[in-house]
Amino acid sequence: MSDILLKVEKLETWLGDGDRPVRAVDGVDLTIRKGETFALLGESGCGKSMTALSIMRLLPPVGRIKGGQVLLGKTSLLDLPEYAMREERGGRMAMIFQEPMTSLNPVLTIGQQIGEAVRIREGADKKTRDQRIIELLNSVGIPDPARRVHEYPHQLSGGMKQRVMIAMALAGHPELLIADEPTTALDVTIQAQVLTLLKELQQKTGMAILLITHDLGVVSEVADRVAVMYAGQIIEVADAKRFFQQPQHPYSEKLFQSLPDSNKRTQRLAVIKGTVPALNQTFTACRFMDRCHRAFEACHQAPGWTQLQSDEGVRCHLAGQAAHWLPDQKQVQSQQPVDEVGRQSPLLDVKDLKVHFPIHKGIFKRIVGHVKAVDGVSLAIAPGKTLALVGESGCGKTTVGKGILQLLKPTAGLVAFESDELTQLSAQALRKRRADLQIIFQDPMASMNPRMLVGDIIEEGMRAQGVARSSTQRRERTLQLLEQVGLPEDSASRYPHEFSGGQRQRICVARALAVDPKLIICDEPTSALDVSVQAQILNLLKSLQQSRGLAYLFITHNISVVAYLADEVAVMYLGRIVERGAVEQLLTEPKHPYTQALLSAVPLVDSEAKRAVIRLEGDMPSPANPPAGCHFHPRCPVAMAECQKAYPELRALPDGRFVSCFKVQEGL
Amino acid sequence: MIAYIIRRMFYAIPILLGVNILTFVLFFVVNSPDDMARMHLGMKRVTPEAIENWKSERGYDKPLLFNASSQGVGQLTDTIFFNKSLKLFQFDFGSSDSGRDIGYDISQRMWPSLAIAIPVLVIGLMVNITYALLIAFFRATYIDIWSVVLCVVMMSISGLFYIIGGQYLVSKLLHLVPISGYDTGLSAIKFLILPVVIGVVGGIGAGTRWYRTLFLEEINRDYVRTARAKGLSEGVVLFRHVLKNAMIPILTGVVVVLPLLFMGSLITESFFGIPGLGSYTIDAISQQDFAIVRAMVFLGSVLYILGLLLTDISYTLVDPRVRLS
Amino acid sequence: MMGEWVILWTDALIFILVFFSIAFGYYAAGKEHLRGPWRLVVRSRVGVSTLVILSFYVIVGLLDSIHFHPLLPSKDQAGQQTQSAEVISLFDHLVTPLRVRQEKTYSAPLATHLYAKENIELASGEVIRDYPRLTYGGAHLQHPDQEWSRDIWRLTGIGVLKGLLVSVVVTNILIALLAGRWKTSFGAVAKVLIKEQTTVPWRVLLATLSSVILVLFWCVELSSHYHILGTDKVGEDVFYQALKSIRTGLLIGTLTTLVMLPAAILLGIMAGYFRGWVDDVIQYTYTTLNSIPGVLLIAAAILMLQIYMSNHADEFNSLVERADLRLLFLCIILGVTSWTGLCRLLRGEAMKLREADYVQAAVAFGVGHFTIIVRHILPNVLHIVLITVVLDFSGLVLAEAVLSYVNIGVDPTMNSWGNMINSARLEMAREPVVWWSLLASMLFMFILVLSANLFSDVVRDAFDPRLRSSR
Repeated sequence: MSDILLKVEKLETWLGDGDRPVRAVDGVDLTIRKGETFALLGESGCGKSMTALSIMRLLPPVGRIKGGQVLLGKTSLLDLPEYAMREERGGRMAMIFQEPMTSLNPVLTIGQQIGEAVRIREGADKKTRDQRIIELLNSVGIPDPARRVHEYPHQLSGGMKQRVMIAMALAGHPELLIADEPTTALDVTIQAQVLTLLKELQQKTGMAILLITHDLGVVSEVADRVAVMYAGQIIEVADAKRFFQQPQHPYSEKLFQSLPDSNKRTQRLAVIKGTVPALNQTFTACRFMDRCHRAFEACHQAPGWTQLQSDEGVRCHLAGQAAHWLPDQKQVQSQQPVDEVGRQSPLLDVKDLKVHFPIHKGIFKRIVGHVKAVDGVSLAIAPGKTLALVGESGCGKTTVGKGILQLLKPTAGLVAFESDELTQLSAQALRKRRADLQIIFQDPMASMNPRMLVGDIIEEGMRAQGVARSSTQRRERTLQLLEQVGLPEDSASRYPHEFSGGQRQRICVARALAVDPKLIICDEPTSALDVSVQAQILNLLKSLQQSRGLAYLFITHNISVVAYLADEVAVMYLGRIVERGAVEQLLTEPKHPYTQALLSAVPLVDSEAKRAVIRLEGDMPSPANPPAGCHFHPRCPVAMAECQKAYPELRALPDGRFVSCFKVQEGL
Repeated sequence: MIAYIIRRMFYAIPILLGVNILTFVLFFVVNSPDDMARMHLGMKRVTPEAIENWKSERGYDKPLLFNASSQGVGQLTDTIFFNKSLKLFQFDFGSSDSGRDIGYDISQRMWPSLAIAIPVLVIGLMVNITYALLIAFFRATYIDIWSVVLCVVMMSISGLFYIIGGQYLVSKLLHLVPISGYDTGLSAIKFLILPVVIGVVGGIGAGTRWYRTLFLEEINRDYVRTARAKGLSEGVVLFRHVLKNAMIPILTGVVVVLPLLFMGSLITESFFGIPGLGSYTIDAISQQDFAIVRAMVFLGSVLYILGLLLTDISYTLVDPRVRLS
Repeated sequence: MMGEWVILWTDALIFILVFFSIAFGYYAAGKEHLRGPWRLVVRSRVGVSTLVILSFYVIVGLLDSIHFHPLLPSKDQAGQQTQSAEVISLFDHLVTPLRVRQEKTYSAPLATHLYAKENIELASGEVIRDYPRLTYGGAHLQHPDQEWSRDIWRLTGIGVLKGLLVSVVVTNILIALLAGRWKTSFGAVAKVLIKEQTTVPWRVLLATLSSVILVLFWCVELSSHYHILGTDKVGEDVFYQALKSIRTGLLIGTLTTLVMLPAAILLGIMAGYFRGWVDDVIQYTYTTLNSIPGVLLIAAAILMLQIYMSNHADEFNSLVERADLRLLFLCIILGVTSWTGLCRLLRGEAMKLREADYVQAAVAFGVGHFTIIVRHILPNVLHIVLITVVLDFSGLVLAEAVLSYVNIGVDPTMNSWGNMINSARLEMAREPVVWWSLLASMLFMFILVLSANLFSDVVRDAFDPRLRSSR
């Protein structure tokens, strides 16, 4: 076939020497056609990045390609000498990476960095080169390119940096662009921008894109075809549309079921039990067998590849039977009484919380300004309820959490917890009160002292709060807690690094529970985890809420998690809450233009429910120097003259929600 | 920027004051001027008059901190602390215990010191960077492994050995250059070659090894991968991307010692008989001339603080991410 | 043979250090995060071979740190054994021949005659000018010019033979022990050992150990009849001097860090953890101390000490004690100049750690500051402390030589490589050149510093995973 651009056959890449090298890529076959977007989907550690780096021959020093073939057009890439390979890199194929922050050289201007790529392709004439640089920057939608060429990477926002990376990749007119998680480090609104840009560029230049991602939503937004990767192998290849209608591999099936959304609020999310097998072994059985809910005898023999249609196939003994699969038994929860939000007296009542960080300047370090990380946030949580605090990175949502816990001293405002005003308590009294408020962090590894045993980590809070007096009592309680979060007893005498990401987060939950808190602040507890593991943690949090009557302040940027878990939602923008209301209300019918844009930018898995993305221009301004008037007005699609003058108050609407927007308030 | 420099100058004052008080305590409180006089005049047969005489000749006969016999401001200014310690702030070093003008000596002797220190620094830097780049280019090969071994061996040899061995081999056996001495003008070169070469060779081990680590650290960064993904050759990647980033710690490491070059190298100068500040200090130490030692301590501190300031400024010049505030 | 024990200040400190090291080893054995890296160290070939060499130095140093007054052979009136006023160490006692066999002046290594011509009065009363025979070196030879080389070979042969014998015995004992531990046969262990299929590189360890033993026996054999590294100006055995200097070098390298550790750890962590004015004060202190050029601060302090000592000469019982106190003082002042680096490092680390999620979690539990520091901060900076201690060691040993050369190092009466080099400087200017003092001190110092450098590389790689991956 003439329209095949890239053909990968039986690619094998090993990491490390020694007796048991990690077989990161273990016999991968791929074909990418000209002009299509091909998504390589998989969870962390499945070998998808290594596949891409092997194709580019950019493996880290520990990695080496053991076998296989990569054909770009008619050229066999793996047989090229290094100097010829350099022609291909940045020429017919280019690559962009996950971390735009570290992927650009900090000491060279972006003009110089793009210029390098241009120079290789277009020769050394400075004038045409400069022209081309500006042209490239223009094509990736960077405003004012003539000025930007002289700027350094640190002067650009994350989204802009990724655009620069794309511009650099485009310099050689690539036929294939490999994008390794290009939007993972970016916020949803920026992600939407970048994905749209990639689509547009593809239409203009006709290049093919190999998109590597873990996000089903992103796949459904942009991909034409999908390959699912698991444990170093491709286990399913399908047309994107078909894939989302009927995944053929049990693993893909489960991935969809484990995604949280509002329809699943009353049920437990499906989970994939166990963890990904270590890749430093040779497999005889199916690699997914131990975790598969459909495994049967035959699975002890590794399944071969079954071609289903011309370019679709699956690596499973049950190939082609998916149409007859019944949905999994839903574990319906005991229906919890749905009561009105806000009727009970609140457990936590935050009024006008401000956390400012001073900026020092001048000869005597005068304070010349403040970074207003949190600038007047009010919220309330009733016992046993979940309030989700949603916003993009840098909006101050984590600072709100720390301010409530008094881990950061609030500049102003009141934090009432039950009968106590936390900001007024003495150090002694506050210390006692801390048992009631706990926190779970984003990165479970970083939130546990690597030098302590899990048992000691869980007991730490009990000791400090005097929860259980004797050491045997504490030990007993630790074992109970471990059981509650679904970990074996012997976990107590092991170290955190011996556990997987999901297990570590369970330990953190157990630690928080050890002091019997009434409120847990969950600071992005699942965003460092894979989808299937995320489902486990969400299930755990939900069941704990029911059995213990816990209240959660759930800080997140993930809207689908909010839809699944929250009772109430507050949306933050630049240190302030712009909209607050009950979850169904707010998610189905957002009022504030920012909320609308934010929700529309979230890529949806459900391909039927396509909606127009409201594209936000530019980036979030710095909290040190917020725009006058409404903070959102420079990016707001419906901004009015009034918005530049004053900041709109957060006002209640008749339907019970609060919105701070002149336009909305005007419409009443 | 200017405001920043001014603020740093203000910060320097308490530090210098601290240095001053420390040296004052060390030199005048731990041992009284009487002790020093006795030391200088010989231990046993020394009359009280001789001690008084020695002290008054050098201005050590005043009270330490407070002169009750003087009038007004004189009660504070007519003291050892004021005359010997605080005067240093005006760079008034006074005269040495043997009666020479320290300020003049310093201004004369700093040139020979610089004549050695600057070539050692510049040539050493070039040699070390070139060698380290070479190692980085051949990383994880035998060239790399054996070069590291060589560096460790070289840095395990005492600097004294390089000097003594070098002098013996080059000057005494081969008679290529004079063993020691100094001359003014161009004829100084023949005296300078050996100490400079030895200074450079002695520094290769530690320097190259450090730079190699810096280079290898940079080579593993994401932006290097980006550069390779553009299709750049290994040489361009090393020179344009890796070297430029690694130069930040290298340069700032160099800048911090720049002012201290004035102080010269104690050992090299005294071995090669070069009349620089290093040998000046050594002589002062062996003759127990405390006035000179005190002056050099103060000078050293000033230069050190200057070095810190220059380092901060040089960061802003080489690293676009750093801005002084 | 031994009279009253004498415990010098540095002896006491060195044994405290040994005690702490053992205690720390015991503590570390129970902590996986400390034991793991050490396991990596002993599994590295460079690690074990340098460890063998270093332990040889340490043994000599420790033997040389047990002091006592030797008993004199004569008895006093009451029939009691009298003891000498002199203080010697256990090591001195073991190598008594080396210590007491003093020649008249310079003699070259393995020489049988002095290095300079002298007037010799023959039995006939005739006076000739020739190289006189040494009193001890090669004194057993009738006709040195004919027998000398054969004698050297003979002694070498005997020494190597003895060394080989001991090596074989040691190897067999080790294999037998391993066989017992692994519960396999002797032959099986020997097989894996020779093929080097063990996780701990026993073969390398045995090879190094055997070479050390060989050299040791060879030296013992030769030095019983000759001065293998010659004699110095006053006829003292240079080999003995170089061996005695080991203790000085080790002391400077270890005690200095021991002295500075408490201050550096405490202040560094406090500055980083509490920030605010505590940080300001501590930063001010170390910037001030740092801004004084180290050599000058040491010079000033040592000069002051000298004045103090000469003015209060009667406070010291013996020369040894005086030299010892000066050594201790040198360690302290070196510590004062070198604690700032570690302090700054720890401050930065503590600043990072106090923002770590697990410290925040501890605060959220209401855990007190002191507990947080002890439980969360300290264990997570210990590896930095360890790496610094090991890395600093070789630098300090080299520094001692330089300082002694400038006369602000250890006491001139004390054996140290610096003092040896210092005197060698004049000897190098002699005609003909007296080179052995310099060579001996350089050789001993080089082996120690090289081993320490290689060892510290291994330790750093093992404890700092970031560096490990970058290799």
